[in-house]
Amino acid sequence: MSNDEPLISLENVEVHFEQSKGMFDFFEDPEVVKAVDGVSLDIEENDVVCLVGESGCGKTTLGKTSIGLQRPTGGSVKYRGQDIWDAKDKTGNVEIPYGDIRRSLQIIHQDPGSSLNPNRRVMKILEAPLRRWHKEMTASDRRAQVLSLLERVGMSPPDDYAGRYPHQLSGGEKQRVALVRALLMDPDVILADEAISALDVSLRVEMMDLMLELQDQFNTSFVAVSHDLSNARYFASHGGGRIGVMYLGRLVEIGPAEEVINNPKHPYTKVLRWATPNLRIDEDGGEPPVRKIDIPDPKNPPSGCRFHTRCPEAREACRVNSPEPVTVEEGHTVSCFREEPDHEYWNSPELVDEDEPSATAPSTSD
Amino acid sequence: MSSQESTQRSKPASYTTPDPIVEIRDAEVYFEMDRGVSRVLDNVSVDIERNEILGVVGESGSGKSMLASAMLDAVVDPGILEGTITYRPDSETAIDVLSVSKDELRKLRWEEISMVFQGAMSSFNPTMKVGGHFEETLKAHDYDVGEGMERARELLADLYLQPERVLESFPHELSGGMQQRALIALSVVLEPNVLVMDEPTAALDLLMQRSILSLLETLKEKYELSIVFITHDLPLIAELADRLAVMYAFELVEIGPSEEILRDAAHPYTRSLLNSTPNLDAPLSEMKAIEGAAPDPVNVPDGCSYHPRCPLADEECVAEDPDWRPTFTDEHQVGCFHWDQAADAIPFNIDNQGGER
Repeated sequence: MSNDEPLISLENVEVHFEQSKGMFDFFEDPEVVKAVDGVSLDIEENDVVCLVGESGCGKTTLGKTSIGLQRPTGGSVKYRGQDIWDAKDKTGNVEIPYGDIRRSLQIIHQDPGSSLNPNRRVMKILEAPLRRWHKEMTASDRRAQVLSLLERVGMSPPDDYAGRYPHQLSGGEKQRVALVRALLMDPDVILADEAISALDVSLRVEMMDLMLELQDQFNTSFVAVSHDLSNARYFASHGGGRIGVMYLGRLVEIGPAEEVINNPKHPYTKVLRWATPNLRIDEDGGEPPVRKIDIPDPKNPPSGCRFHTRCPEAREACRVNSPEPVTVEEGHTVSCFREEPDHEYWNSPELVDEDEPSATAPSTSD
Repeated sequence: MSSQESTQRSKPASYTTPDPIVEIRDAEVYFEMDRGVSRVLDNVSVDIERNEILGVVGESGSGKSMLASAMLDAVVDPGILEGTITYRPDSETAIDVLSVSKDELRKLRWEEISMVFQGAMSSFNPTMKVGGHFEETLKAHDYDVGEGMERARELLADLYLQPERVLESFPHELSGGMQQRALIALSVVLEPNVLVMDEPTAALDLLMQRSILSLLETLKEKYELSIVFITHDLPLIAELADRLAVMYAFELVEIGPSEEILRDAAHPYTRSLLNSTPNLDAPLSEMKAIEGAAPDPVNVPDGCSYHPRCPLADEECVAEDPDWRPTFTDEHQVGCFHWDQAADAIPFNIDNQGGER
């Protein structure tokens, strides 16, 4: 394995889903949803990347693509320099076999309840991956390893927990079991797909702390997907990582967590900041700082900059051209014309909304 | 502390608000189970003031949804509801919700007090257009359909939806956020006075949640609603709500004007809950989870139910359930013996004052 290659490297990745139509409209072009559209991203060893955005922005698809669970329709995904899908298809010169890659990239799902088999005890659930991948281990070795990991995630006495069925665990405990299952493979990257959204507010911090602690011990990188900027900030900042903001398949801003939170550049990142509740007393949230509150149909995304239909700063230029990523500071890139002082954006007229009922302000009188 | 003379649960006068639209007194819900009686709502008394937004905050399994069901006498079998619930459509009339006939109850629900639940997907009939739901609801309650549909269109527009498009759509053709807003419109179309919302935005992303919340304020003013908003997310509701009621282990532990709770939360649980919530303004290092776990409804600790997790707990808290007492102001009440030490014992990790007022 070469050390100069990033752990995971996504290059210009596209994931387009075709919606198959019935046979009657066979001759029409199928509708295409561009869930991820031209994203490049590197994930290093012991890295934390939090992807944030609204539902349907493609953050989960990008996460799954980065750990090789979703085959991209364009671009490449490399694991330590080895193209994951070439390894899977056995094309070209495969240096790292697919099995090894698959094992190094793990996932924790959003709903811990449905990701565990309700008919199996915890021990059985956790033994399964070891049985599959470590055939040399004896039954007692397997048990010992499962028990020691259970203890490390704070489920003690481990013997007691190992004998339980998933329904006998609380939500937080189920999520820990899912975490143990991912860790048993000693993975390089774990994708945490909204892993804490289903937990109670007071348990979320605890779960994030646990994941970060294990990151240190196991030398694992995390890709976390979240719609909550404050959780993303907590996780990414503590892990010394980055926050990436997605909008309709594009990565519109990425940078060090504190930098993105305290110095957001993209208008959409600012909107997400507004949407994150704070505990200030004096502040009044006021109206949403977007021109439309619904995300456009991803089957028919807007031209130019995809955010222009909702962006409070949009001008004519945004409708025509799509902004390229601009580096504003070390490691902090933004795709917005406002970061380019010489761009024609500054001379182009402001966008006027075509009259749609949803865009008109509601009559606030009675 | 002062009020030691009686442990009798006669509720102090300050529970009441000047002009309540709903009064809940000693509401109690329990299930009889093999391993004991499971008390999922324990002696809750609270007023909902006319035209206010009351935020009810609690973690999963704190009894907050039971409170909502109790208000409409909608506790599922075999749960048993005790206590009194009084609905006052105007200051002269008082309706005892728990003793009205089935027909009257049906009228009361939706026409006077209506509810919005979490997960709009399961509230709509997937085979019926959204417009059909409005018509059906209007007909079932003998409202004038033409007039009602006019109101529906206006409501949908108020919620930033395109009325014609939404009414002509099947539920699955709308996004989650649109469905939830259509459901809110549906629950207000019969012009109720009270709207009870149980985690109405929980399945949505934050931007949509916040947008809906800011629309609720407008809706409340325009249609003169009193709103009860039930959520686990204290920061989300804090800005919108006039008052906050915090629940822990099936009881109310603190109630007061939102600003005061944010500034001077008096119950140790409320303070710890605020400290455990990740926040964009808080310094990163000081986020702390609450030690321990919430109690089992069959086996709630004696005395103050929070004492096993509370840093201030002493023998008094183990022996006796604290009465309600006023704190800094009369409207701000708390069920804790040591509320005046809470601020020193559990300092806030963010400075949320934003300037002196």
